[in-house]
Amino acid sequence: MPKLVFKFLFFLFLFFIIVFSGFPFYYAIISSFKVGSEIFEPTLWIGNFDFTNYRALFQQQNFFGVILNSIITATGTVLLSLLAGVTASYALGRLHFRGRTTLLLTILGVSMFPQIAVLSGLYFLIQTLGLFNHWLGLSLSYLIFTLPFTVWTLTSFMKSIPKELEESAVIDGAKPYQIVFKILFPVLVPAVVTTGLLAFIAAWNEFLFALTFTINEKSRTIPVAISMFTGNSEYELPFGILMAANVVVTVPVVLIVLIFQRHIISGISSGAVKG
Amino acid sequence: MKSLQAKQAITAWKMLSISLILLMLVAAYPLAKTFYFSFTNARLDDLEGATFNGIENYKTLFNDELWWQSVGTTLKFTGISVSIELVLGLAIALALSKDFPFRSFVRAMILIPWAIPTVVSTRIWEWMYNEQYGFINHILLKLHVVDSAMAFLAEPSMQMYSVVLIDVWKTTPFMVLLLLAGLTTISTEVHEAAKVDGATPWQSFWKVTLPLLKPTILVALTFRVLDSLRVFDVFYVLFSNNEKTSTMSIYARTQLIDFQEMGIGSAASVMIFLIIGIFILMQTLFLRKET
Repeated sequence: MPKLVFKFLFFLFLFFIIVFSGFPFYYAIISSFKVGSEIFEPTLWIGNFDFTNYRALFQQQNFFGVILNSIITATGTVLLSLLAGVTASYALGRLHFRGRTTLLLTILGVSMFPQIAVLSGLYFLIQTLGLFNHWLGLSLSYLIFTLPFTVWTLTSFMKSIPKELEESAVIDGAKPYQIVFKILFPVLVPAVVTTGLLAFIAAWNEFLFALTFTINEKSRTIPVAISMFTGNSEYELPFGILMAANVVVTVPVVLIVLIFQRHIISGISSGAVKG
Repeated sequence: MKSLQAKQAITAWKMLSISLILLMLVAAYPLAKTFYFSFTNARLDDLEGATFNGIENYKTLFNDELWWQSVGTTLKFTGISVSIELVLGLAIALALSKDFPFRSFVRAMILIPWAIPTVVSTRIWEWMYNEQYGFINHILLKLHVVDSAMAFLAEPSMQMYSVVLIDVWKTTPFMVLLLLAGLTTISTEVHEAAKVDGATPWQSFWKVTLPLLKPTILVALTFRVLDSLRVFDVFYVLFSNNEKTSTMSIYARTQLIDFQEMGIGSAASVMIFLIIGIFILMQTLFLRKET
């Protein structure tokens, strides 16, 4: 009998976990389909699929532009950190040279930087380079948190590839860049996917730098646009449209997470086990 | 043979150059510049004209009650939310380490809060907290837990806990995944041995699982504390730069951008950097002593 009770409690707890994790997003979806005074009634089902809020979002709020900004910024961040990360991890994972460990630890140290500590210096840098309101300014600044992680993860992956793989190429006189991109890269794909996804999500979600380094409305990324979402007056927040915006920007991330669940979990966990 | 080694070193530094240049540009240089600004009277609209003014900014900072209030808010937030996340995360990780149907579905579900942008989840919770139309008030009123609607975000005594709940919702998954990774490294044989020796599941948890999981717990705690100490998004989205609910990061940004006080803001940034640096140092020393 106690075993049955235990089993019941166990599944009750699981049920609680699922509801607690999923409910807010579910509630946002329901709210996004409510129009007019429906929004003020907290029903738990979608009455009818009314896309008024979604239409309003794209027609009134220039939301396409905002999404495009985020896609460009996040993609730029991913490409930059992968290009830099793959080459660096080859050196750190497969070559022997003095100062390797120190360098690896320094790069790890950068990942612990609080973003705010570099904010005023970055402001100056971005002003000097003339990169305000530009995706490159954001992508570059995001490297502070994506690059250390990318280098660290790819390096441990590089170390695990057997030495024989590149030996024949070395004998054939292949250049280091050829070895990295022609021979090692195909083997490295799973790790590249993992780190790329995590970098994309991090850039997609970033708020502090995006808020500080985009001044005009046209160059805002999703988090900034959503944080500044207002109606005609402060007391008249269009909750329905806001929830539609939340759903639109979250769906791709949720899909990524569900499809690449395994990659992402291994990416997050690798930090802990090796740390 | 030596020339081969030297050749390898040259290749290594060549391959590292992109990363090193980028990190110099976006990490080392801005950090140095922030340190520099913290000793000057720089203003946002006149960065070039900054002149050295010694430790003036730090004096101003240390005499500013608002700064200390922000430090207090941040520490309180970190203490409460990280403790809850540890306990809840441990419970969930233990549950998910068992075998049951739909396990990977549950694991995917808990990833959703982690993946949603903080700004987005904060606005969803803000809507659920709404005093007049929010879902939470609706439920509480219906169940007669409260007589009148609660102002979760306006009432000062409730603000902190409302934020903590959002943070717990958002970051417990991270804790769970790290602890789950740690749990899988503990072999089942250890538990079986404990069982043979007559240990109850409860004893087995306290005497076997927990000590073996300790390194993972410490690493997970470090990550979470570091993250909490620099909290910005959730407070800023809910309360903007309101002084009463300002965290260390919000204080620094408000000085830098809104008040254009680059010097004082940079001094605050340096202090945050040092606080986090000291924490990392203590943690490393502690970990080294443990192992």
